[in-house]
Amino acid sequence: MGTVTERDDEMIHIVFFEDICKGCGLCTSVCPEGIVSINKDRINASGYNPAGVTDETKCTGCAFCARICPDIAIRIEKVS
Amino acid sequence: MSIIFERPRSLTDKPFHYCPGCTHGLVHRLVAEVIDELDIQANTIGVEPVGCAVSAHDYFDIDMQEAAHGRAPAVATGIKRVWPDKVVFTYQGDGDLASIGMAEIVHAAARGERITTIFINNAIFGMTGGQMAPTSLLGQVTTTSPHGRDAGSAGYPIRVSELLATLQGAAYVARVSVHDVKNIARAKRSIKKAFTTQIEDKGFSIVEVLSTCPINWGMTPADSLKWLQDNMIPYYPLGELKVDGEGVINR
Repeated sequence: MGTVTERDDEMIHIVFFEDICKGCGLCTSVCPEGIVSINKDRINASGYNPAGVTDETKCTGCAFCARICPDIAIRIEKVS
Repeated sequence: MSIIFERPRSLTDKPFHYCPGCTHGLVHRLVAEVIDELDIQANTIGVEPVGCAVSAHDYFDIDMQEAAHGRAPAVATGIKRVWPDKVVFTYQGDGDLASIGMAEIVHAAARGERITTIFINNAIFGMTGGQMAPTSLLGQVTTTSPHGRDAGSAGYPIRVSELLATLQGAAYVARVSVHDVKNIARAKRSIKKAFTTQIEDKGFSIVEVLSTCPINWGMTPADSLKWLQDNMIPYYPLGELKVDGEGVINR
């Protein structure tokens, strides 16, 4: 078994466009790391609790959350 | 910095008006991603339905034409015959396509029109408030079948893809679902094949996308995806029914 080497020079950044999120929660249901959740402390202009990420350092960049989002409220970036 | 996932170019910046968790926005995105990948944004004309997607022209950054209820395949036929080099698609729900528009879709497929139809099947009339559709399942509760759809008085749900696959003019027929990430990827592949079928002049192409209507089903968005998987897929099996004009067993 080899060891997985983390690349320190790359990390994933998830951008949540809170204004267009409708808080449907589908992104929270597909995240393999369980780091996407509805943020009950925030309310957007449309009155919804938007989704957000709790621990971005655990994100693997699979983009499952973005691919199931019906409102394209998520963008995934790889930052060097 | 590199982008792993972002909004496709063929969509405008306007936020969708659809209800929370509605899969219309997801399918809009898949169609737009396919248009981007095939590099046909400037050469594509969409025909939109009557139903929740009636304002799709606000979202697709391509030329769009509204059609009367159910008549999108007839309008698309006219557009395609005038501009055979354009890529022409219709985007229709089950209330639009399988009810009032059944004649248009059947004859467009029978004529082998070189158009592509994206057919959203969520087993209910969404925009008008959750009435029974031709595709509603037996036992399904809707505002016009409050005790569940009864075959004795309301007949049986129509399997549109199987019906159209019997027609010789239909070159590509597939049924897909968007209930999880794997199936979303499959749905996109089928939509791309349907557009390619048209571009290669092989005949009519249609992709039926099993979708949800959380508001009118009376469920949360996540429960709706589960309900789709548990109840719709057994009656509406997924897979390609026809590829390049030949019937296939690929399920």
